[in-house]
Amino acid sequence: MSEHADRLRVKKTYKLYVGGKFPRSESGRSYPVSSPDGAELANAALASRKDGRDAVAAARKAQRPWAGQTAYLRGQILYRAAEMLEGRAGQFAEELADATGAEAHEALGTVEAAIDRLVHYAGWTDKYTSVLGGANPVAGPYFNHTTPEPLGVIAIVAPQDDPLLGLIDAVAPAIATGNTVVVLASEAKPLPALSFGEVLATSDLPGGVVNLLSGKAAEVAPHLAAHADVNGLDLGGVADAGLAASLEAAAAETLKVVRRPGRTGTSLDLLRQWTEYKTVWHPAGMAATAGGGY
Amino acid sequence: MGSILSGAEAAALVRALPGVDAVGLEARAAGLATRSVKADAKAKAIDLAISMIDLTTLEGADTPGKVRSLASKAVRPDGDAPATAAVCVYPSMVAVAAEAVKGSSVKVASVATGFPAGQVPLDVRLADTEAAVRAGADEIDMVISRGAFLAGDLERVFHEIKAVKAASGEARLKVILETGELVTYDDVRRASWLAMYAGADFIKTSTGKVGVNATLPVTLLMMQAVRDYRALTGVQVGVKPAGGIRNTKDAIKYLVCVNEILGDDWLSNEWFRFGASSLLNDLLMQRQKLKTGHYSGPDYVTVD
Repeated sequence: MSEHADRLRVKKTYKLYVGGKFPRSESGRSYPVSSPDGAELANAALASRKDGRDAVAAARKAQRPWAGQTAYLRGQILYRAAEMLEGRAGQFAEELADATGAEAHEALGTVEAAIDRLVHYAGWTDKYTSVLGGANPVAGPYFNHTTPEPLGVIAIVAPQDDPLLGLIDAVAPAIATGNTVVVLASEAKPLPALSFGEVLATSDLPGGVVNLLSGKAAEVAPHLAAHADVNGLDLGGVADAGLAASLEAAAAETLKVVRRPGRTGTSLDLLRQWTEYKTVWHPAGMAATAGGGY
Repeated sequence: MGSILSGAEAAALVRALPGVDAVGLEARAAGLATRSVKADAKAKAIDLAISMIDLTTLEGADTPGKVRSLASKAVRPDGDAPATAAVCVYPSMVAVAAEAVKGSSVKVASVATGFPAGQVPLDVRLADTEAAVRAGADEIDMVISRGAFLAGDLERVFHEIKAVKAASGEARLKVILETGELVTYDDVRRASWLAMYAGADFIKTSTGKVGVNATLPVTLLMMQAVRDYRALTGVQVGVKPAGGIRNTKDAIKYLVCVNEILGDDWLSNEWFRFGASSLLNDLLMQRQKLKTGHYSGPDYVTVD
C-alpha cells in the first residue's frame, strides 16, 4: 500500500435497494452520515415518499411469486444470504464499528450473531407451518386443517441503534414466511443496512422481496402506514411515542397488523406476527364418497 | 364520407409534405410532458381519460366470458367512475361484446382487415370488415398495408383505405398506421395525411403487437396533422394513441398535448381515444387515492 499512499480513495455512494436494483432517491436528495464521534463516513440517499411508494409497488409485485416458492427454497436463499455475509464479515464489522462506535471485536461478534440469526430463520422456513398450524379435531365427517399464510407486504421501521442485527431480526422472520418487506433503515446509522442490500442482491433473493430505504422515519413512515397496499407495519424502530401512535392510527385506517415499539418475543412469535391463519374444511369419509353431506 | 381525390392526387399531395423537424418535435413533446396536473384538475383529467379508453382485449385466448367481463368493466369501471368509450375486440367477439354493452354508452370497436399484420388479400380484408359491422361493430380499427406503404405504393394504400371505409358503412373508421413499423417521423406524417385524404375518421398509432407502440412525439406529430387537416379541409379527424400507455402520468401527458395542440374541440371521447387495457386499472387506483387519501395496489382493482 505504501507506494500508493497518495492514491485518491474511491468512496462508496450508498444507494437505496428497491426491486433488486440500487437506485438513488427519486428526489435526488442525500444526507451526510457520521460516526458517533462526528467523523463524516459517507453520504446516503434520503428517501422520499415516492421512493416509499415505488418500494411498496416492487414489494407487491414480488410477493406472490416469493410466497409461491417452496419453503425449502426460501430457506436455501436465506442460508445463502448468511454465506454471503460470512464472506464479508470483516467489512461489515468495520462498518458497524464506524457506525456505532463499538470496539472491533464487539462489532465482529454482532456480525456473527447476525449471520447465525439468518441461518436460524433459514431453518424455520419449512417448519413453522407444522408448529403453528395442523389438523383440527372436529365433530363431523371433515378433515379440518389450519395453515399460517403470509400477510403480504410488511413495512418495517428498523431499530435505530442496532443497525444490522436489529434489522435482520425484523426482516428475516417476515420474509421467511413468504412476506415481502419495505424497510426504513436506521436514520443515523444506515450504512450497514444498505451494504446488507448488496449481500441480499447476490443471494438469489428475488428482486423486490426486501427493499431498503434510508432517510427520515418521520417523513416516509406516515406514507407507508397510510398505504392501503401495505398489510403489516413494524414500529420497532420508532423512538418517538407520539409518532408511533399516529402511525398506528394511520395503519388502523387501512386495516394493518401493527407491531408496537419495544415488543419482543421468541422467534416463533416473530414468525407468527406476519402470518394469518387459513382454516380449510374438507369433506371426508362417508360425506365425500356419497357426494354430499355439506 | 368518401374521398374526392384520386389516388394519384393524394399520393402527390402526401409526397409533397415537408419533412419533420425531429429534434424540435421531441423537444416540444418533452416540454409538454413536464406539466404538473394536481388535485381537482387531476381528478377531472383521470375521469376524462377513463371516458376516452377503448378497453381492449386482442388475444388468441379471448373467450366470450372474458369479453363479457371486459365489457361489464367498461360499462361500470368502479363505483361512480365514468364508463369507458368503447371495448375493442376481434371480429369474432363483436357479437358477444355488442350484447354485453347493450343499453349503455359504451361502443363496440372491432379490429379488422387481417389485424395485426394486414398481410392478407384485400377481398378477405373487406369481408372481415363487413362481418364485423354486421355483427354490430360501431367502429372499425383497420391496419394499413405497411409493406405497400414502405415500398412506396401510396396509391394502393389509399385505395385500400377507401375500400375499407366503404365497407364500414356507418361505422367510424380508425386507421392504424403502426408507427413502430413506419420508423421515421416523415413516414408517420405521410401516412397520417394519406389516411385522412382517404376518409379516415380517426388515425391511430399502433396495433400494440410490435416492439414500439405509441410514443408522445409520434402522437404529437399526428395531432399536428389532424389540426392542419381541419384547417385545410374543414374536416375533423380523431386521434388514438394505442399500446404502451400504462399509467395515469402518461395518460395525463397525452391529454396535455391534446389541449395544447388541438384544444377543446378534441377533448372528448368523440375525437380522442386511448387504446389500452392496463391503463384503466392505474387510473382507477389513482382515482381511489384522490377519494380516500390512501394509495392502493393491484389488490384493489379487478384482475383482467
